[in-house]
Amino acid sequence: MTGEAHAAVEFQLSTPPDLVRRRRMGRIFELACLVTAAAGVVVLAVLLVDVIVDGAGWLNRTFFTRPPSRIPTRAGILPALAGTIWLMSLVALISFPLGVAAAVYLEEYAEKGWLQTIIQTNIANLAGVPSIVYGILGLAVFVRWMGGLTGGRSVLSGALTISLLILPVLIIAAQEAIRAVPNSIRDASYGLGATKWQTVRHHVLPNALPGILTGTILALSRAIGETAPLIMIGALTFIAFTPEGPRDAFTVLPIQIFNWVSRPQDDFRHLAAAAIIVLLVLLLSMNALAIWLRNRYEKEW
Amino acid sequence: MMRRATGFGLATAILWAATACGGGGGDAASSTGLSGAVSVDGSSTVYPVTEAMAEEFQIMHPETRVTVGVSGTGGGFKRFCVGEIDISDASRPIKDSEREMCTSNNIAFTEVRVAWDGLSVVTNPSNDFFDCLTVDELKAIWEPGSQIDNWSQVRSGFPDKEIVLYGPGTDSGTFDYFTEAIVGEEDASRPDYTASEDDNVLVQGVEGDAGALGYFGYAYYEENADRLKLVAVDGGGGCVKPSVETIESGSYAPLSRPLYIYISDTGLEKPQVSAFVDFYLTDGTPLVREVGYIQLQPSQYEEELAKVQALRGTE
Repeated sequence: MTGEAHAAVEFQLSTPPDLVRRRRMGRIFELACLVTAAAGVVVLAVLLVDVIVDGAGWLNRTFFTRPPSRIPTRAGILPALAGTIWLMSLVALISFPLGVAAAVYLEEYAEKGWLQTIIQTNIANLAGVPSIVYGILGLAVFVRWMGGLTGGRSVLSGALTISLLILPVLIIAAQEAIRAVPNSIRDASYGLGATKWQTVRHHVLPNALPGILTGTILALSRAIGETAPLIMIGALTFIAFTPEGPRDAFTVLPIQIFNWVSRPQDDFRHLAAAAIIVLLVLLLSMNALAIWLRNRYEKEW
Repeated sequence: MMRRATGFGLATAILWAATACGGGGGDAASSTGLSGAVSVDGSSTVYPVTEAMAEEFQIMHPETRVTVGVSGTGGGFKRFCVGEIDISDASRPIKDSEREMCTSNNIAFTEVRVAWDGLSVVTNPSNDFFDCLTVDELKAIWEPGSQIDNWSQVRSGFPDKEIVLYGPGTDSGTFDYFTEAIVGEEDASRPDYTASEDDNVLVQGVEGDAGALGYFGYAYYEENADRLKLVAVDGGGGCVKPSVETIESGSYAPLSRPLYIYISDTGLEKPQVSAFVDFYLTDGTPLVREVGYIQLQPSQYEEELAKVQALRGTE
């Protein structure tokens, strides 16, 4: 006790004269960090308030049940909303099995070696490719080359294109989830005579699933805002009907928003704001689902 | 064990819930005998007109499906000339290169004028020292290599005030037309101006910048008339401001431009496309004004309709 007190006194005595200045510097740095952290949140809040003020009054029955119109009060987002839901569902159906299978292969089966390194590096690189490039690819492959199968500029072509776009992100997320399953589980399974397939099927995948689902949903919520690749493959702007099958023409919310924003009449910008609110609500609910899944099923090993 | 079951169940449930949505939304059925698709793509300038036509046409013929894209005039012709669409919206006439592409794919077509737009030259309301610019003055300001950066250089007697230019991006049909009409050569423009593909951005720029001079479609001026000053243009026959009357009569020259649709012959053979074009040129024409453009004169619509009918060999 006394020793400590003594040391403290000694410390105080040997305090260099510029301590006040150094402490102040520390405070200033802390404040600067706070401002930086707050900047993003404040900007987001301002945007949100602005959009809600502009658009909230336009969210009514007509808005959700009608196609776009030249008369703003008669205009709605039904085809765009249906198109977005169709697209996201198909993207989930296509990308989830592909992404998980790829991740399982890379983590559980692939031998560490040049092949695995090449695939892994390519996946990491693909995650950084601008989305318009996927649009060009989608136009060439899914719309033109496989047009007979996909129906050309259809919601299926759009879904395949967007699936390619999010696959790298999804694979990396799934790999991380699989890697987080401890080896002791695998060893125990092998120890009981299970085959590799049985181990993956009954132990690795179920345990990695919450992480994989979280990653999938986050990848999907990135895809929901994509516009450029869909315009590239020919998603439409005016369409008064909802897709009835995967080979039908379609449009999505971001394209509708983009179109309304560029119109001369003010009311269209209010419609755009209302559509942005809908898109944000969709996005936030998907993210909320991801967070809930993570918290509900996350395991500590 | 339980957790595994829940996990897989959850995944399936999410995917299922996601797929179960969508579909539905069929229109009330009152058959008029017309059905099938009418596919349109092309200029974003013409888009509001075609959108309005499509909307009304589908109320009359609920079983038809009109779709309209906005790939741009060039993008529209690319699709049109490989036979992917029935109608191409265009804010300028087809180029020779595009015509060749159509010919090489055996796509025969008809060009039809559907509306007028008046490219409007605007400035900040604070600029009360002029109301009119001649085409030569506009050319001196906008031509490539122009050194004009002050209003005093435009005309003697103009005050010493910086000039700031706003205009559409080089991909736009508006840019093509303005450069052709003012500079005398398509796509020839000085590059040092604030460009935006979104005309609303240009409106804001001109509104907020005291020395600003810009140009864009008449509809964007009309919607923001209280925030901008419209400049009359003297093309040799005196100063004329764009207005519904001067654009329709053609006296606002040279910046009145026609907007077009191109219809492929194979498209016109489909009854629903044919009926859509008829509607576009007859009962639908008041919609043109409603979305901010200017109607052709009735006799001009008759001329355009006659072209289509001649091709169809009816009436």
